[in-house]
Amino acid sequence: MKYKDAFLVEDLFSKDIDQKPTRDGFGTGTVEAGKRDSNVVVLCADLKESTRAEWFEKEFPDRFVEIGVAEQNLATVGSGMAAVGKIPFVASYAAFSPGRNYEQIRTTIALNQQHVVVCGMHAGVSVGPDGATHQMLEDIGLMRMLPGMTVLVPGDAEEAHKAVIAAAAHDGPVYIRFGRTASPVFTTPETPFEIGKALPLWEHDKPRVAIMSTGTLSYQALLAARALASEGIEVSVLHVPTVKPLDTETVVQAAKRAGRVLTLEEHQVMGGFGSAIAECLSERYPVPIRRIGVQDAFGQSGKPEELMEHYGLSATHIADAARSFGALY
Amino acid sequence: MSRTDAELRALEEKAEAIRETILDMLVAAGSGHTAGPLGMADIFTALYFDVLIHDPKNPSWEGRDRLLLSNGHIVPVQYATMAHAGYFPIEECLTLRSFGSRLQGHPERDRLPGLETTSGPLGSGLSQASGMAYALRMDGKKNRTYCAMSDGEQQEGNIWEAVMFAGKNRLSNLTAVMDRNNIQIDGMTEDVMPLESLAAKYEAFNWHVLEINGHNISEFIDAVDTAKAIYEKPTLIIAHTIPGKGVPEIEFDYRWHGKPPSKEEAKRFIQQLRSGAGRVPNEYA
Repeated sequence: MKYKDAFLVEDLFSKDIDQKPTRDGFGTGTVEAGKRDSNVVVLCADLKESTRAEWFEKEFPDRFVEIGVAEQNLATVGSGMAAVGKIPFVASYAAFSPGRNYEQIRTTIALNQQHVVVCGMHAGVSVGPDGATHQMLEDIGLMRMLPGMTVLVPGDAEEAHKAVIAAAAHDGPVYIRFGRTASPVFTTPETPFEIGKALPLWEHDKPRVAIMSTGTLSYQALLAARALASEGIEVSVLHVPTVKPLDTETVVQAAKRAGRVLTLEEHQVMGGFGSAIAECLSERYPVPIRRIGVQDAFGQSGKPEELMEHYGLSATHIADAARSFGALY
Repeated sequence: MSRTDAELRALEEKAEAIRETILDMLVAAGSGHTAGPLGMADIFTALYFDVLIHDPKNPSWEGRDRLLLSNGHIVPVQYATMAHAGYFPIEECLTLRSFGSRLQGHPERDRLPGLETTSGPLGSGLSQASGMAYALRMDGKKNRTYCAMSDGEQQEGNIWEAVMFAGKNRLSNLTAVMDRNNIQIDGMTEDVMPLESLAAKYEAFNWHVLEINGHNISEFIDAVDTAKAIYEKPTLIIAHTIPGKGVPEIEFDYRWHGKPPSKEEAKRFIQQLRSGAGRVPNEYA
């Protein structure tokens, strides 16, 4: 059942649940962070409308920097600004940043230990019609491998807003992943968010499976949990918005209670969130693990919901996987 | 303002001492780049002993000018000059590239106070310098930003993104110094991937361009002073240098881009340095 300390929205399973893209949380979050700290600046590479960077520009025109179509410059100008005391949020599509400018991020932001917040927009297949070139599925893996990099994957626009504010106040380099398509806003302003903390969303004394999820798929996990509960199959759902540093204590506890773990991510299953969980548990508390995600494939054009269905990322697929997995052993 | 002959002579002597330190440290390290550091010794000497507003005893002083080295592989010249300027003991130069040393093979900001950035992968220094200049100007600060870069790295796309950005934003507090020594690892730049006409290219992007003899310290200082007087544009100083400068045996030889001298070679090279590249009879060297 719904975990009360998560303070999720009341009408969690209503068809009319509020839907917003997580990138909206970037827009509102940077405006709020900008009010709190005058050093916050936003840099954008010719995508200010779709990244929502223009919400910040409207509020702080002098602290918005247009970089043009130049993602390598986006990262490196950001690094230079951080070196003299600014807190730059550098925004582009994840396919280009960190996709195009990975070396610049590695050398001038991560190794250089600059407090730059790299914001990868339009991540995952839910980008929809733009197709595989724009559907970044490797960014979590790329970024979590960088020493000292914090990696955040918010679950909805409300949490994205909080993640942006937390990243501004954080010390050191941060990557935040955002999505293009509207998704249910299932958390509330009261829902706790702290970098490095996982959040139980759905709990049971004796779950058959612990579902661990990052990003907007956590809502699909809740839908699946409810469907399974109605059949008498109890699961737990742990939402993990900080992929790095991983909340290993909470992950291990959830794994101990269920004895089986199912991970969810809108990302390649190799190197991403599921891998991070598998790495943690194989050392700390080995249990059988199944990973839901994109299985070593590129995306393609289509409607977001068609693609999520095709790549096995919908609540139905999650419930099926939990059912068969939970029946084993 | 021009410097007196005595001041210039003192700088030239300092540059010669720094060249010797460079050779010493390369021999100790057993690997590293020789030609570029020797070629940029005059300019780094002028920067640290004349041009820059800085405090070696307080490297993170906010009022300092920023100097970024974009082509990190010539960092021995920066380490040697910083040591001579008092940032750290000259003996520490001999730890170059060794385990536990603050003097990494390519510079790391986080390890050695006084370095403004981490570099090695080419082409990203100018945009960091642009970001610094942009942010300093946002805050109304008067500190100047300098970026030392190579000619070979002009082949990187990231450079031209930065050239566009600095030109568009009229970053007159930014001065770039290009080491135009015409060599890169695979040969001469104009054979590997032609760069000319560099001045016209930068001018087309709204930069002010000055060309100087990179071994004439007086010319370099004058060029920097001119750059300070140019408003509304960033300035590029194209410094024509001789790779391996000071050691006639290796000058202009691209094969010395990426290797260190042996102990015997260094002994010979230092003798050549001390003889003023052959102008002074060897018995005095």
